[in-house]
Amino acid sequence: MTRYVLHRLGQSLVLLVLVSMIGFGLLHLTPGGPLSQFALTPGMSAATLARLSHQMGLDRPLPIQYAEWAGHLLRGDWGRSYRDQQPVLAIIVSHLWATLELMVSSTLLAIIFGTWVGVLGAIRRYSLADYLATIGAMVGLSIPTFWFGLVMIYLFSVWLGWLPSGDMYTNGDASLLDYARHLVLPCLVLTLVTIATWSRYMRASMLDVISQDYIRTARAKGLRPRAVLIHHALRNALLPMITVAGLQLPTLLGGALVTETVFTWPGMGRLFLDSISYRDYPVVMGLLMFSALLVLLGNLVADLLYVVADPRIRLA
Amino acid sequence: MTDVLMVEDLAVRFRGESGVVDAVEGVSFRLREGETLAIVGESSSGKSVTALALMRLLGGPPNCVVRGRATFMRQDGEALALLSLPETRMASVRGRDVGMIFQEPMTSLNPVHRIGAQIVEGLLAHERLSPRAAEKRAVALLDHVGIPEPALRARAFPHQLSGGMRQRAMIAMALACRPRVLIADEPTTALDVTIQAQILELIRALQHETGMSVIFITHNLGVVAEVADRVLVMYAGQVVEDAPVDVLLHRPQMPYSAGLIGSVPRLDDVRRRGGRLAAIPGNVPDPNTRPAGCTFHPRCAHARPDPCETARPALEYVSDGHTVRCARWREITV
Repeated sequence: MTRYVLHRLGQSLVLLVLVSMIGFGLLHLTPGGPLSQFALTPGMSAATLARLSHQMGLDRPLPIQYAEWAGHLLRGDWGRSYRDQQPVLAIIVSHLWATLELMVSSTLLAIIFGTWVGVLGAIRRYSLADYLATIGAMVGLSIPTFWFGLVMIYLFSVWLGWLPSGDMYTNGDASLLDYARHLVLPCLVLTLVTIATWSRYMRASMLDVISQDYIRTARAKGLRPRAVLIHHALRNALLPMITVAGLQLPTLLGGALVTETVFTWPGMGRLFLDSISYRDYPVVMGLLMFSALLVLLGNLVADLLYVVADPRIRLA
Repeated sequence: MTDVLMVEDLAVRFRGESGVVDAVEGVSFRLREGETLAIVGESSSGKSVTALALMRLLGGPPNCVVRGRATFMRQDGEALALLSLPETRMASVRGRDVGMIFQEPMTSLNPVHRIGAQIVEGLLAHERLSPRAAEKRAVALLDHVGIPEPALRARAFPHQLSGGMRQRAMIAMALACRPRVLIADEPTTALDVTIQAQILELIRALQHETGMSVIFITHNLGVVAEVADRVLVMYAGQVVEDAPVDVLLHRPQMPYSAGLIGSVPRLDDVRRRGGRLAAIPGNVPDPNTRPAGCTFHPRCAHARPDPCETARPALEYVSDGHTVRCARWREITV
């Protein structure tokens, strides 16, 4: 077990290095650069720009820049933002909480309701409820989040005036209710989208399980339908969902790019988008490494959870 | 001897994308106390569907319609109409009055629960027991079906046991509440020959001990000769012959029964016929396109256009406890 974990961590390290190289390369390939936004500023001459670029080390060969960045990272220095000179790690941490609040609440809701919808669709296959759930999931998966978010804002903020249209709290109001009111809309949008995915996986997994021989055995023993469903079917149908949940972890902490932007939610997703448009290389690279780490970690945790949940699986 | 189970005119019809399929038609039989009834036939002859229909383990309408009557006599004399009981009452019959074991011990046990827990679950569903007492009973049951170190095995997961052990565990599970009837659906088909013999012996010993009746579904006539008191031969969803085992094995009246018996490989036949196995020509007809008249006539050496291809033969009385579905059984010697 320990050997397996060490082996996987070793693999992850190699992957992280590769991801950082590719990410760094791609980022510097994008046209413009951190200074391009100043090019049209009155009084900014080409010579000044060149001098600034030299000061920031942006005129050196790419491998050298990468080596310097990686060297700093290895020593625990994530660099500083080009925008406000704040340390990258501090920026990430300050945005992490907002993202966590939004993502944990919506993911939990989505898993609970998605499981329920999926199970219902499977045991009442081809019923009206199943068709409605299927159509709902297709709609949820195919409408663009930004549009859906805007419709919600229009409906609940502009038209009905029930809920705030964005931000995390009203300035000067630190009450829990105010927080909750701000959370509702972005959480709703994310939950509905995640329910769509989760319920489809759940339905497929459940359909697979309820045709298994051991379900028939459980019924032949005289167990009540509910006991068969929960103890035998659901328990097995949730096994493959571990992988789906593991893949969900990066979004859990990485935030939802579009939703956070639409609702001006001060989370990781919006930070990423802003940093890219400013060509804030240190922050973008920091976020990139952070999410790569989470993807690898999420997969590792999922694999380890399998050992706990499924007695047939042994890691070697 | 009293009847434990009476089945009259059982019919199962499946509705699928390819149309309507009559998997079982007009099956009637009686199961007496302590008796072993073997249901024999090739694949898709309807024998498993018959058993599953009696247990109400098939899907419900509209995709699957079960008709007919099945009356089960409980120990206390109460008669239960199995096919019309409400589902909750039926759940209390399954496992307590009628136990069932299946062909594949590999897939019939839940892979994520311990063997002991899977037995305990059945016990707790039917009997007022403390969980601890149920666990003790489970270990005792595993011991009873010949599993060594039962306390240890009760803690094991299905994949940690061999096929034979798993089938023993299945038997322990099915017999946990001492049912009056055990339905064994090809319980030895997936096992090695030596293990097969052990499992048959175990079922026989348990039956002797508890006096339960057994419905033994198989396509193996060697097994039939060993375990059965009476045999029901099924073909294309119908009973084609019903007879005591020695009558059926030595004086079958239906050409299909004779064909089945003839295709059991025997060592002296190998010498006599140069090693060729006897077989019934052709295949079981597709349930969608069953031939008119006797469903067996295209494969039957004794078939004549009249009467075999014109009318579906009825079950006819041969002697006490012996019926056959063949229009020409009086004229032919099979």
